[in-house]
Amino acid sequence: MADEVAISVNHVGKTFRLPHERQSSIKSVLINSFRGGKRTFERQQVLKDITFNIKKGEFFGIVGRNGSGKSTLLKMLANIYTPTEGNIQVEGKLTPFIELGVGFSPELTGRENVFLNGALLGFNHKEMEAMYDDIVEFAEIDRFMDQKLKNYSSGMQVRLAFSIAIRAQSDILVLDEVLAVGDAIFQKKCYDYFKTLKKNKQTVVFVSHDTGALQEYCDKGIVVENGSIVYEGPIDRVVNTYLDILNETEERHDEQTARPETDSSKDDIKNRWGTGEIKINKVYVGKEGGDEARSFKDEDSQIVIRVQFEAVSSVERPVYGITITDVSGQIIFQSNTLWCEYKTKDIIPGEVVNIEWIIPNAFNTGTLHISPAAADSVGSVIYEWLENAATFKVRKRQKSHGHINTTHKLNVTYEHDN
Amino acid sequence: MFKRIFSKQNRALLSELVRTDFKLRYQGSVLGYAWSLLRPLLLFVILYIVFVKVIKSGGGIPHFPTYLLLGIVIWNFFLEMTTQSLGSIVGRGDLIRKIRIPRWIIVFSSSISALINLGLNLIVVLLFMIWSGVDLQTTALLLPLILIEVYIFALGLSLFLSAAFVKFRDISYIWEVILQAGFYLTPILYSLSIVPNETFRKILLLNPMAQAIQDARYATITHDNLVITTSRAFDGGLYAFVPFVVVGVVLVGGLLYFKSQANSFAENI
Repeated sequence: MADEVAISVNHVGKTFRLPHERQSSIKSVLINSFRGGKRTFERQQVLKDITFNIKKGEFFGIVGRNGSGKSTLLKMLANIYTPTEGNIQVEGKLTPFIELGVGFSPELTGRENVFLNGALLGFNHKEMEAMYDDIVEFAEIDRFMDQKLKNYSSGMQVRLAFSIAIRAQSDILVLDEVLAVGDAIFQKKCYDYFKTLKKNKQTVVFVSHDTGALQEYCDKGIVVENGSIVYEGPIDRVVNTYLDILNETEERHDEQTARPETDSSKDDIKNRWGTGEIKINKVYVGKEGGDEARSFKDEDSQIVIRVQFEAVSSVERPVYGITITDVSGQIIFQSNTLWCEYKTKDIIPGEVVNIEWIIPNAFNTGTLHISPAAADSVGSVIYEWLENAATFKVRKRQKSHGHINTTHKLNVTYEHDN
Repeated sequence: MFKRIFSKQNRALLSELVRTDFKLRYQGSVLGYAWSLLRPLLLFVILYIVFVKVIKSGGGIPHFPTYLLLGIVIWNFFLEMTTQSLGSIVGRGDLIRKIRIPRWIIVFSSSISALINLGLNLIVVLLFMIWSGVDLQTTALLLPLILIEVYIFALGLSLFLSAAFVKFRDISYIWEVILQAGFYLTPILYSLSIVPNETFRKILLLNPMAQAIQDARYATITHDNLVITTSRAFDGGLYAFVPFVVVGVVLVGGLLYFKSQANSFAENI
């Protein structure tokens, strides 16, 4: 049982024909066939020679960058697209969740939508009636079931859709980033559901960018890049390979476009605000010892952030500071001269102040934004705030959740009372 | 195969799709479902006044009002089913791109919505027949068979049109024109006896819709000689079978074309 194959993908390729001029009217077909009968279209090979097996009871992860072809692969597993080459064999019933709430109609009530969505998932009316109460309870929208779906908040719609989806009893479930929906409490429910799936040895194919979730639930996986599998194996290696690919492409991108030093004077004025007594000239991000950098790994123990301020008018003992936020805008780190109990000097117009923050690289994998600012001596009047003036990235090989990821020690002792 | 097509799941899905269609149809109207009966009834009243009282196109056919209504009801069913099915695959594009359901179910469910409407309209016709004192013929038992023929003809066309519409959006305009022409080439509003050229009359009767409508009238309303059916026109000759052959060819052709296209719907929509 354990080694039985659930999905076997053999040398699958997919090519889309993309017409240069969309041939969606008969006239254009006729006109083009008169012009020498050549219909011009591009063949775009999205996937080539994909081969892998998924065993029964496996929680299988598929990861890849946007446009790598993983969604096309998923749609072929779900039999929505047919492969141009090769074949896919699926043992048992496969239910795809490319999107939640497929077929939801805004004009129907919540209750009616439950039955419609259930039918699309393969349940009959009687079966749906039996589990209706559970669905409503799980979605926590009891009071709204007889209202039209268009009056629901998007969070409520997603919760309802998810609550129906998890009833689906199928040999194989295919999930495409349907997580990360709803509020924190509901998200926990979703993760609990994943744990149950894993415990019950349900065969699941899971596509996600969330390396944390992949590592937590999947056993095995593949990395898809440019239409091919670049790695197949245990999930930890899969995630590392994926992160390496991300790093490489970012470094290449950084070399080509951005200079580590940001000349803030050219920046868009939209993300700049304050009364203007002090302006911020430059924001510099670099490694310890002076190398300018935008990407930091485990080896890089320090991150140096240098900000150049310039006085426009005379200011008494201003406060200089930085704020580091993650992509969602949440503050990860904040520091200023006032909190560091550093007494700054009064400055006169034209005077330039360079301040360097040397911060241990305790951040977890992710993209971080730096917003420098200058304020009056007690920090109540902002002279200038430069939102997201610079960006840097952190990639850690050490597995961890949360905002902080540092090397740490582990002591384990066992006690017996006998 | 038949068992697989009408599996429990497919039946559940079909009934849910039809139900949704029906619920959404009269969404937001005060009278709601009553419109399904009221609408044909009001249309009949207008046609009755125009063609029976003003134009008098009956040409001496007994029970002409009901004769007229039955023709219109059958034609409207054909029109509704083909036009609704035509856009059904494209209209349900979100389902086709994101979930694996048998594609034919979508066309089938819009055909069933049309069938339900036909049933409601036939009730109205029956009321008209009773009201105008038509003696129901025993041959009326043949009516279901005739309706099945119309359904099969429309289904073949629907399968072809819905699949072709995915690739060529012109189809909807072309089909609209064809339906308009077909409406006047089929003896719905007029009696065939006003067509003087006998060959032309025969050609008109080779059209499955003309044959079905005339046969339905003959079977249910009156056996009067003025009701020219296909088999009467050809005197029982082999040509009288042409409409049935057309229906068969259309069904098989529609099925084959739909099947050949169904796998690429998701990419082409």
